[in-house]
Amino acid sequence: MAAPFLRIEGVSKRFGTFEAVRDVTLSIDRGEIFALLGGSGCGKTTLLRMLAGFEEPSAGRIHLDGQDMTGVPPWERPVHMMFQSYALFPHMTVERNVGYGLKHEPMTAAQRADRVRAMLDLVQLAPLAQRRPHQISGGQRQRVALARALARQPKLLLLDEPLAALDKKLREHTQFELMSIQERTGVTFIVVTHDQEEAMTLADRIAVMDRGAVQQVGPPAEVYEHPASRFVANFLGSMSQFDAVVTGIEGATARLEVPAFGTAIEAQAIPAIAPGERLTLALRPEKVAIHHDRPEGPNVVAGEVRDLAYFGKDSLYRVTLPTGELIAVHAVNARRKGDKRPDWHDRVWIRFDPASAILLRR
Amino acid sequence: MAGRLAAWFHRRGWSDLIVALPYLWLVALFLVPFLIVAAMSVASQAPTAPPFAFGGDYPWINPAAYVRLVTDDLYLRSFLISLANAGVATALCLLLGYPMALGLTRAPRGWRTVLLMLVILPFWTSFLLRVYAWMGLMGRSSWFNRMLTEGWNALVPIDQAVASVPLMNTNFAVVLVMVYTYLPFMILPLYASLERLDPTLDEAAMDLGSRPARVFLDVTLPQSVPGIVAGGLLVFIPAAGELVIPTLVGNAGTPMIGRVISDEFAQARDWPMASALAVALLVLMVVPTMLYGRHQARAEGRGDPR
Repeated sequence: MAAPFLRIEGVSKRFGTFEAVRDVTLSIDRGEIFALLGGSGCGKTTLLRMLAGFEEPSAGRIHLDGQDMTGVPPWERPVHMMFQSYALFPHMTVERNVGYGLKHEPMTAAQRADRVRAMLDLVQLAPLAQRRPHQISGGQRQRVALARALARQPKLLLLDEPLAALDKKLREHTQFELMSIQERTGVTFIVVTHDQEEAMTLADRIAVMDRGAVQQVGPPAEVYEHPASRFVANFLGSMSQFDAVVTGIEGATARLEVPAFGTAIEAQAIPAIAPGERLTLALRPEKVAIHHDRPEGPNVVAGEVRDLAYFGKDSLYRVTLPTGELIAVHAVNARRKGDKRPDWHDRVWIRFDPASAILLRR
Repeated sequence: MAGRLAAWFHRRGWSDLIVALPYLWLVALFLVPFLIVAAMSVASQAPTAPPFAFGGDYPWINPAAYVRLVTDDLYLRSFLISLANAGVATALCLLLGYPMALGLTRAPRGWRTVLLMLVILPFWTSFLLRVYAWMGLMGRSSWFNRMLTEGWNALVPIDQAVASVPLMNTNFAVVLVMVYTYLPFMILPLYASLERLDPTLDEAAMDLGSRPARVFLDVTLPQSVPGIVAGGLLVFIPAAGELVIPTLVGNAGTPMIGRVISDEFAQARDWPMASALAVALLVLMVVPTMLYGRHQARAEGRGDPR
């Protein structure tokens, strides 16, 4: 098996006594969009800065395309970064910003101009070539930063919160643009973000980080549907969580006693589960159904609508369970007639599929 | 009437008054004195007190002082010496001050206040006292001069040995003390402009393949031009008109214009000549200031530099 394109091997970074990154090991393939996802202070930016060469790891090694990056200064790395603030040079035009890195390349002036034009075309900014950064919009600035970082054809592009400074509409549009540019250029992208939606739409794989360590790595659907820990489950999307005790196992199905529900429920078993074990039962709001009449099947619990938020295309309910605990239910408003929708203080039944319940060890 | 006045005052009075204050200040304390000096420069010398008189024939102007200004070698030479001294002092201040200002911005936050204090600390002592301290240092019999003399004599062949290093009453001493005096005026505006720069820009340039020296030339230096210009003017303008330093540590052979103006007023009692020189110096200094003003206006036209 060939060595991975980018190999981060047991990398740690300490600032004094504070350990910003602890023993991170990751393998990233050529041409992948990889997301480092985590809250502020989780070490994702420090890891990115070590890849760029602005920080040296306190321990561990980084190999890029077979080359050990230890001790290689930022200006010699085939790695470019798109900064969160974009860091465009205010005293240079858009064109000179994009062409800045190219003066270190063995190219003729004509070749350089061609490359700059190609890059500006790629991000559709050719008409603004002579403007200065403060004369263009935030979205345009973001694209200049992208063009500048791509101009030298790096092996690896690092994007630090690439969409954080854009408004919501523009963000959605830019997300797809980033993906299409990645596809066309074939450059490996590493995206740092605190926004789980951004990570999920952009990335082929996500590494969820917390307190300097990687908690889970996998494709978006896997990380979302099969979170490995309570932290990951909480960080990606919302969850209702309940204490549960395993009462029995029947093949792939576990029977559990959930005090909050006041009834026994079934869930998909997790490996090495044993009766008597105390677990957390987690339910994503969209995996729970809400009914006026008692539905058939297992995992049915009675409740009362305590709160509801109507968003148009869908609604979010907060249902009080018999014991007083709350569960969130997310329902799509597939019908126009509102009289069938549960209302405040309606007595309702909620139900979920055994395969939809997530069991997490504490 | 009083009611209307009060109404006007409440509506616009305050803002008009606040805007007018600096103008009143400038008119009373700059424009009027300047006009008096300008008028004196075209008056005639007279054996009265004060020693000048207006009037005479139409057009009631006596251009004699200005004629002498452009024909007499002494005045042109002192203007040139002043500009050269001020230019050299400004360049040296920039050379010394830039690394200091840059160092200040890179110092740890807690240290910065202390270091900035050290930059402005000399202002707490009387300027004259500090010049006298330099005179003491440079004088023939000072420990400093004796140390330099011994060093010099140890290094050069015997026939070039000196009894003392000639420091006092040289043009070198004038430039040296001017650099010492005006250095903070260079450091502070430079620091202000360097401190505003975004360090991420340095990282971006490094990331795109530039070594630190290149980063300085491409990113830091061009963005600090406003600071360089401001510091340069703050040093150059007072240095060009400097009176005290050339009087105390300079020599008569290389006169600076400030000293010449003072001598014309006090020794020669030729007030029209002194006034003409003062007007000429002002015009000479207004040109770079106006250039700076235009530069600033253009920079503002370009908008926020960030």
